[in-house]
Amino acid sequence: MPNEQSTASPEEAVVHVDTVSAAQASPDVAQPYRELGLKDDEYTRIREILGRRPTEAELAMYSVMWSEHCSYKSSKVHLSYFGKTTTDEMKSKMLAGIGENAGVVDIGDGWAVTFKVESHNHPSYVEPYQGAATGVGGIVRDILAMGARPVAVMDQLRFGPADAADTRRVLPGIVSGVGGYGNCLGLPNIGGEVVFDESYAGNPLVNAACIGVLRSEDMYTAHASGAGNKVILYGSRTGLDGIGGVSVLASDTFSGDGSAGAGSNARRKLPSVQVGDPFAEKVLIECTLEVFAADLVVGIQDLGGAGLSCATSELASAGDGGMHVWLDKVPLRATGMSPAEILSSESQERMCAVVTPDKVEAFLEVCRKWEVEADVIGEVTDTGRLVITFHDEVVVDVPPRTVAHEGPVYSRPVERPASQDVLEANTPDSLERPSTPEELRETILRMIASPNLCSRAWVTDQYDRYVRGNTVLAQPADSGVVRVSDDSNLGVSMATDCNGRYTALDPYHGAQLALAEAYRNVVTGGAAPTAVTNCLNFGSPEDPAVMWQFSEAVKGLADGCAQLGIPVTGGNVSFYNQTGTTAILPTPVVGVLGVIDDVRRRTIVGVGQEAGETLILLGETLDEFGGSEWANVVHNHLGGRPPAVNLDTERVLGEILIAGSRDGMISAAHDLSEGGLAQAVVEMCLTGETGARIVLPADLDPFVALFSESTARVVVAVPRSEELRFTEMCQARQFPMTRIGVVIPEEPVLDIQDVATLSLDELRTAWEGTLPALFA
Amino acid sequence: MARVEVDVVIKTEILDPQGKAILGALGRAGHSGVTEVRQGKHFELVVDDDISDADLEGIAEHFLANPVIETWTVRRVPESGL
Repeated sequence: MPNEQSTASPEEAVVHVDTVSAAQASPDVAQPYRELGLKDDEYTRIREILGRRPTEAELAMYSVMWSEHCSYKSSKVHLSYFGKTTTDEMKSKMLAGIGENAGVVDIGDGWAVTFKVESHNHPSYVEPYQGAATGVGGIVRDILAMGARPVAVMDQLRFGPADAADTRRVLPGIVSGVGGYGNCLGLPNIGGEVVFDESYAGNPLVNAACIGVLRSEDMYTAHASGAGNKVILYGSRTGLDGIGGVSVLASDTFSGDGSAGAGSNARRKLPSVQVGDPFAEKVLIECTLEVFAADLVVGIQDLGGAGLSCATSELASAGDGGMHVWLDKVPLRATGMSPAEILSSESQERMCAVVTPDKVEAFLEVCRKWEVEADVIGEVTDTGRLVITFHDEVVVDVPPRTVAHEGPVYSRPVERPASQDVLEANTPDSLERPSTPEELRETILRMIASPNLCSRAWVTDQYDRYVRGNTVLAQPADSGVVRVSDDSNLGVSMATDCNGRYTALDPYHGAQLALAEAYRNVVTGGAAPTAVTNCLNFGSPEDPAVMWQFSEAVKGLADGCAQLGIPVTGGNVSFYNQTGTTAILPTPVVGVLGVIDDVRRRTIVGVGQEAGETLILLGETLDEFGGSEWANVVHNHLGGRPPAVNLDTERVLGEILIAGSRDGMISAAHDLSEGGLAQAVVEMCLTGETGARIVLPADLDPFVALFSESTARVVVAVPRSEELRFTEMCQARQFPMTRIGVVIPEEPVLDIQDVATLSLDELRTAWEGTLPALFA
Repeated sequence: MARVEVDVVIKTEILDPQGKAILGALGRAGHSGVTEVRQGKHFELVVDDDISDADLEGIAEHFLANPVIETWTVRRVPESGL
């Protein structure tokens, strides 16, 4: 091992160790459980479970595993609704669902896909670059732990106002952290979101998604079965990074003044920040895939939040129920680490595998080949206890399920706040609307340059979108699409969406609107939606109004998925996203996974691929401006009702787009969402570098036609030769459609009849200039 | 005019991937006997004589270092007869 360092031993540093026998002998020692986030009754319950006070190491384990983040204690009672609404038919393609590291779905031809989104919000606020980077690293290991090769990532980022000082502090770091880690790993970043809203000031959201591909028979899960099997920890060494809260346990054994500055060996209050090493993760991926391929693994778990506390207790709970871990066998990066610190460390780039004794040597040999440090740290037992020793002294002796799965469950008060009526009553109807051609022209330019609608190129150009060579669609497309392998045209598609403004106005329908948009983005690219994941970002669960938003959003999403017939395969909850008492906009990010049989048939956004194209607007446009981007940009207004959602219509629209792509009837398509028709047409022209002439429907007010955010709408470009076939297909399904214009390759302008003629240069300057001017 | 040197390194408890990479490379290149490497940044500033220690600390903390993950030292270098 090139990086061999001597493991800490008692001779080198005297470590204060609180053992089980010491705990029995000193039942009345005051323990800092409150500082570790445990409530009085939770601490009492731990004492009841153990029949004594917990040791420091046990207290560290319980406190982190019973935290909101790990135990889902406030969300569990609501999340069970996903299970209740998932029918057997919806489950038929699911190989793994909620509760595993990530959901897995069968996509045919022997292939399966796993995908998940997770939040890394708070760490990214504290340390933007490393917080975002380790967020990517964590979700990639989740996917890897299912037996899959990670093939693509996406990131959903939300910030305070684009011109706020703190946004300028966190955004560049977060974006370069996402790019830095993902690019070093060699994973394409194929999409995501960048959203600005003042509610995220002081609490940016950094959600990271990853897609992995595996042969369907090769799936792995996190369980430790077979007494006598060995537990191997491999990857980076365990250090003092990311220990954060647990450092209160060390406060009486180490002196430190909490100030920064070198020169002192005293251990300071330990930072809750971790630094990632993407090259170590890349090697870990290849090493892990090789041990999978050689069939050397029984069960596997990645180490993320809660580190070894989580990995050992979850592996043991899911298996035969017992495990013995020798904590002194864990390779350490720092000397003098206590058992509690070793168990709590969130050092990155580590995995834990369960291996039969006859395969241990072969496993270690693969690790040596990849220069990945690996050590046997424990053994599966049939005792039903998780026993952890440190230099022969027992420091943990617990029933593992009480740590991993039987934590507290709360039915928090849920109450629709009275302010919701005020919000709904404050409709956008009285807002002054542009009416003259001059006003409409000015509004188009103002809207496309606004922070939430302008080009994301400044962000996405920092990400490698095409590494590995399998990327079929990436930003600025509606959805990202990658081939499952080099020698296949089978592709997977993913889109994630959420409009927190809609969700604030109506959490139930807001979550369905997020689902509808992600679904529409997937079908717009030509793929068939197959499964759903989510990352539910909300304020404090101790606020009944926030819990109301949460429970409504969960119900809305679950009911919506049942209506569309696609299962939720997993998800993530992030609570306490608030500054003071002000919560963020409820932000249930919804990810839809799709499958496309032949990626050569994918539909692109830009027009101008065919000699003559007709532009057709599919769907119905209503006067809907509640929560709209126009109300936000022009009037700083949020109120009324969000646009109506109709999932049955979305499904029919999806059938039309998938058939249109499969049969070559569509040469380009773009979904209508924030910013409405004007935004969609501008993006189709700019992306395709080709002009268009638009004639707005005579029966609609031009402002409503251009900026309404009615759902279930897509603009398609249809080659003239296919126009009849395509319109007949829409008529057969009785789907509303309007011929709104033609593509004009000969003129680089967007000409909206009776409204404005805008040169593509002028549009491009407005659309592309905003983010570089703010952040470059 | 006075000279000030500021050294910035990643806090000892936080992983230093570059230092780790150098350590690994040393081993592969046949240099045995090195057990730890930490890599940092070195700054040399020429400053007015009357600049205060507090100013220098502020420059180091807010501009040269990332106090969340790094530590630093500020050192005034004695005049060596310019």
